[in-house]
Amino acid sequence: MPSEPAVRTGPTAATPPKAQNGHRAATPRDARADRKNVAHDVRKDVREDERTDVPRQDPGDGASTPTLRVLTEDGTRLPDPELDRWLADLDPAAPDDGARETARTTLLRLFEDMVVARRIDAEATALQRQGELALWPPLLGQEAAQVGSARALRDDDFVFSSYREHAVARVRGAELVDLVRVWRGVAVSGWDPYAIGMASPQVIIGAQTLHATGWAMGVQNDVDAGRVDASAGLPVGVAYFGDGAMSQGDVNEAFVFASTYRSPVLFFCQNNQWAISEPVALQSRVPLAERARGFGMPGVRVDGNDVLAVLAVTRAALDRARHDGGPTLIEAVTYRMGPHTTADDPKRYRDAAEVEEWTGRDPLARFEAYLRSVGVLDDAEAARVQGVADAAAAELRAGCVALTDPPPLSLFDHVYAEPHHALERERAEYAHYLESFGDGEGGDDGAGGPGAAGDRAASGTGTTATGVAR
Amino acid sequence: MSTLTVAKALGAGLRRAMTDDDRVVVMGEDVGRLGGVYRVTDGLQAEFGPRRVLDTPLAESGIIGTAVGLAYRGYRPVCEIQFDGFVFVAFDQILSQLAKMHARTGGKVRLPITIRIPVGGGIGAAEHHSESPEALFAHVAGLRVVSVANPQDAYTVLRQAVACDDPVIFFEPKRRYHLKGEVDLDPVEPLPMDRARVVREGHDVTLVTWGGLVGTALDAAVAASDDGVSVEVIDLRSLSPVDHDTVASSVRKTGRVVVTHEAPRQAGLGAEIAATVTDRCFEYLEAAPVRVTGHGMPYPPAKLEGHYLPDLDRILDGVDRVLGRVEPFVPRAVPDAGSPGEAGGPAGSVRTAEAVAR
Ligand SMILES: Cc1ncc(C[n+]2csc(CCOP(=O)(O)OP(=O)(O)O)c2C)c(N)n1
Ligand SMILES: [Mg+2]
Repeated sequence: MPSEPAVRTGPTAATPPKAQNGHRAATPRDARADRKNVAHDVRKDVREDERTDVPRQDPGDGASTPTLRVLTEDGTRLPDPELDRWLADLDPAAPDDGARETARTTLLRLFEDMVVARRIDAEATALQRQGELALWPPLLGQEAAQVGSARALRDDDFVFSSYREHAVARVRGAELVDLVRVWRGVAVSGWDPYAIGMASPQVIIGAQTLHATGWAMGVQNDVDAGRVDASAGLPVGVAYFGDGAMSQGDVNEAFVFASTYRSPVLFFCQNNQWAISEPVALQSRVPLAERARGFGMPGVRVDGNDVLAVLAVTRAALDRARHDGGPTLIEAVTYRMGPHTTADDPKRYRDAAEVEEWTGRDPLARFEAYLRSVGVLDDAEAARVQGVADAAAAELRAGCVALTDPPPLSLFDHVYAEPHHALERERAEYAHYLESFGDGEGGDDGAGGPGAAGDRAASGTGTTATGVAR
Repeated sequence: MSTLTVAKALGAGLRRAMTDDDRVVVMGEDVGRLGGVYRVTDGLQAEFGPRRVLDTPLAESGIIGTAVGLAYRGYRPVCEIQFDGFVFVAFDQILSQLAKMHARTGGKVRLPITIRIPVGGGIGAAEHHSESPEALFAHVAGLRVVSVANPQDAYTVLRQAVACDDPVIFFEPKRRYHLKGEVDLDPVEPLPMDRARVVREGHDVTLVTWGGLVGTALDAAVAASDDGVSVEVIDLRSLSPVDHDTVASSVRKTGRVVVTHEAPRQAGLGAEIAATVTDRCFEYLEAAPVRVTGHGMPYPPAKLEGHYLPDLDRILDGVDRVLGRVEPFVPRAVPDAGSPGEAGGPAGSVRTAEAVAR
């Protein structure tokens, strides 16, 4: 069991953070101004130093934390002995024919995942604009962070995500229509968590990090009880959350639990630079990954728009967790290219120039350029992938518009796991009330047990809803 | 007089409070540059600067906890919790610190903190964006709880809340943010914050509600009057303390009371009102108090909220019930825990007075 962290960690106490400009942000507004300055300075560095050629949107206090990457923005593959260890199966120039073919297939699958993610995200956004969805939180720009990390997981790992991880859910095996049920307002969750190893997306910012940690504590208990064979590597609880979430108490408490219990957890933070209108500088003066140090776990900062680097650091962190090394915090530096949700207007709080700048760091364009340069992708293959994506979008749309409103009495179906006499009385009472409208709905169903009512009422939902409610 | 929406009236109230007292500070997520997700604080940061209108880190417990510290130092923080469902992250600071500090310190420390919370459903929102947690706060001694339903109250009560030396939970019903109305920006002798208001007079039935349902209740009163029933509507406004005097004097006149709220019935504020009415007006009552409420369940997905929320028809049904105009619902038998299928009578079952199970 390797006890060494398999990934590079943040700065140690021996490398204290450098003070930036000798002052601290006195107010949020100053912090925003600082952030602009810092971002500007970093952009200057970019041209000088290839290795740190990465967006660094955080204030510069902890500039010693490297942002790991293996692909430059124009798709050039940078050798990296540390990360390459985790990408050995992805060498498109492997001498062995079989290995080369495997690499090709895996690389293309990553590409396809990203293209499909972007395409269905655009389709869902369109569905919202057309009134088919109430709301949609776009993932545009975060495809590499989500696909690269999710493809590193094992089936027996368990994901606890926020509301934006559509690409993760698809990779885990969610049906496309399952991605939109919640946003159409027909259900409060889209899929069976146990079927795909992924919990219902969390809306309460940060709460899921504790759930991932508790799940991982359960893995440790299972090892003790002989229910899990540790020699196969532990299953890992994976928490996805945002830069804003880093400020929540729950997230910080999760760090403490996971770290001191050395639980098999991966904390995957997508730093997309914004929490609705608040820049990441409002959540942290240092790169988020550096927080890990204080909790006693490694913190890794990776270029979240570089799918290969994300895959590599995630594999490394998972490997560490699987072999009793405990949790890791990965900060994937990326950008929310779209609005927070379709109800948001980012023009109120961020510059077009910033968006423009990040457009140049597009995760798909970068990976596509790389794949073309190594001969894995050509026009024909790109067209095939686009076809897959378009088909997925069509499937999503068809599934979405076919989703009908749930029957009224299904309201009562899953409040409790065990029979509950007070709620059954309420169900009967409401059925009786619906029946008073004389359209033949409700009464019979209300008398039935849980489940029966909803199912039978299903046929006549539409009329009941309109006939009764208005 | 100006014509303002509820959202704009709240903004105007805040602006006035901040102008009148430079110790009033506004804090919350996205309240500064963005002006809040409902734009209530729009323009305040530009006007008063980022130290008085703070975009806070994404941490509700942190918002309330630091507001407590600011108040210790003499400030009057007005905190925005972005949505009702997110206030629970700050529940410990509110219950264990904010509510108790004055008593704990023998009256030495006052915490004049206002916590603004968009509340309630009816807007087709995702989970955690449609909650009605007022009873949870009304149960806590040391807090005052109000809910406004129109632009004038939005403006006036918010200023009263900010001026109040006690902590105030200030609910803003989301579905009324865009409601327009005349607002007197310098009201003379406004109704005190802790008083209910009779918003429509009537003599057959007292209908008590607040916040998002006031409009629906008024519509119901109009519909009932077409039917020859005169409904008196009370906008409770203050949920802690409850102005039982106003409710009781109405019920003494009408002899019948219906309470409607969005929150589930069990242990809701309707229970408190029904109990107090029964206590104070027992000999005047012609019928048992009726409650028309949300069901006992987590707030449902948007497409079902029409079946969850009390609406015009359900309120009218409640009015009919308290008038004895409809047969009361009587379950066929009180089900025991093992046989949920026993609950409720089948359609057309005979419901007789002997079925006293209710
Ligand atoms: C406890 C809580 N507070 C506030 C909100 C409202 N809210 C929803 S998303 C969001 C911003 C989250 O930012 P971040 O964690 O960076 O994730 P991102 O949306 O960027 O993916 C806020 C404030 C919430 N959902 N939960
Ligand atoms: Mg973010």
